[in-house]
Amino acid sequence: MKRITLTLMALAASGFAATAEEIAPTNVSFDDGSVSTSLTGVPGDPAAGRAIVGDKGQGNCVACHQATDLAEVPFQGEIGPMLDGAGDRWSEAELRGIIVNAKVMFEDSMMPSFYKTEGFIRPGKAYTGKAADDTFGPLLSAQQVEDVVAYLTTLKE
Amino acid sequence: MKKITSALLTSAVIASPLWADPVDDTLVLNEETTLVTRTAAPAHVSDVLDEVMSGWLFRGTETRAMQADDFDNPGMIFVEQAQEAWETAEGTEGKSCSSCHNDMDSMAGVKATYPKWNEAAGEVRTLQMQMNDCRENRMGAEAWGYDKAPAINMEAALASVSRGMPVNVAIDGPAQSTWEKGKELYYTRTGQLELSCANCHEDSYGMMIRADHLSQGQINGFPVYRLKNTKLNGSHSRFKGCVRDTRAETYSPGSPEFVALELYVASRGNGLSVEGPSVRN
Ligand code: HEC
Ligand code: HEC
Repeated sequence: MKRITLTLMALAASGFAATAEEIAPTNVSFDDGSVSTSLTGVPGDPAAGRAIVGDKGQGNCVACHQATDLAEVPFQGEIGPMLDGAGDRWSEAELRGIIVNAKVMFEDSMMPSFYKTEGFIRPGKAYTGKAADDTFGPLLSAQQVEDVVAYLTTLKE
Repeated sequence: MKKITSALLTSAVIASPLWADPVDDTLVLNEETTLVTRTAAPAHVSDVLDEVMSGWLFRGTETRAMQADDFDNPGMIFVEQAQEAWETAEGTEGKSCSSCHNDMDSMAGVKATYPKWNEAAGEVRTLQMQMNDCRENRMGAEAWGYDKAPAINMEAALASVSRGMPVNVAIDGPAQSTWEKGKELYYTRTGQLELSCANCHEDSYGMMIRADHLSQGQINGFPVYRLKNTKLNGSHSRFKGCVRDTRAETYSPGSPEFVALELYVASRGNGLSVEGPSVRN
């Protein structure tokens, strides 16, 4: 608990800058599409993850996926598979890999890479249509990825 | 106005993931002209699509009905404004469009073939580029801003007199290199979301992406009147919005990239009827 508090405080103080134990987007190591090491060392919060998955301004995962558990979120998309049972089908390491960069697990996947900062063509400044500037960062922070992973592991059938 | 409001309300209610496929419906304009809203894909896209479909088939019942009758189609108000502009002399030469082209009906069929190679200029031109060439060089008038009201209204008027005719843009000969460039743009995964036009409009049409029912992204219905912003919208403005939604740095309306993309996207709809101005949410 002490550690969580400290990390949170460090995050708040440094904006999105990496803290000592945080793995930077350019340093994540994959094994067969999986990422076994936590990006922050801080356990994810499933409730926070649930909010990120359903929120248009954060993960917006429901743009493409449906989840019965998120029944209160209107207009869920149908591009990707249903998320129901994702926690049965995939291990925590696999889920982390899918969120960080789904294209490692699923070749040419339409799913965006949520923890990646390099290799884009004409990256923009969020949804402004303007070129990216020095505020450019991954779609989700390291801890947000951990929160989403923690939530997905709870989706069992 | 009342009608528009009720259409908006209705589409909000029915925009649910329940109807994923394009509707089975026929677009009969003003109870007389049957338009082609789905047809066999032209040869150059038949490796990826069997059929090409108008965006009309992916919209709600009310929106579709509005487009089927000129009295209900709010886009026709702007067409009327452009009819007036057609007759109005402007610029140092004291000429109007009609001074050289007679009445607007003489333009029937033109929209169906644009964008098009212009031999004298040595470039592929969109209808708006051609309109501005007339304004600057024949009328001595100022060019209209790309996709701005006067230009888009005139494009809609020219589209309206071609309605029902098949889109038939040339992609070979001198236009080919521009077409290839447009094709490359269509398949390039841009922005932080790394999505291409094809990801949404070729691989996923018919599906819901959040609250939106994805169409094939055809432009045979352009310019389109959108209930959302209550004006006519050009294809380049639509492209810009779609590229922005990939969290990318966009190109500008009228840019060489969007001219090329317009030629390519138009060619994917060869065989569909010209429908502009169409109505979308
Ligand atoms: C633009 C579309 C899109 C978005 C946004 C998206 N995904 Fe996906 N996702 C897919 C597709 C498509 C697949 C299927 C894999 C493939 O074949 O590409 C997938 C696969 C998955 C899988 C594996 C599903 C299974 O059970 O087989 C999980 C888990 C997942 N996504 C979670 C998420 C989460 C969490 C988010 C948001 C943080 C998200 N996705 C955002 C398109 C998307
Ligand atoms: C993230 C998904 C996505 C991507 C990528 C995308 N679009 Fe779209 N596009 C949409 C949505 C959603 C709509 C509104 C619903 C519809 O008509 O499909 C739309 C609408 C359109 C329309 C209007 C169709 C009509 O009948 O009114 C055109 C044209 C279009 N897109 C072209 C493109 C082109 C060209 C590209 C690439 C430069 C592109 N789109 C990329 C999601 C996307």
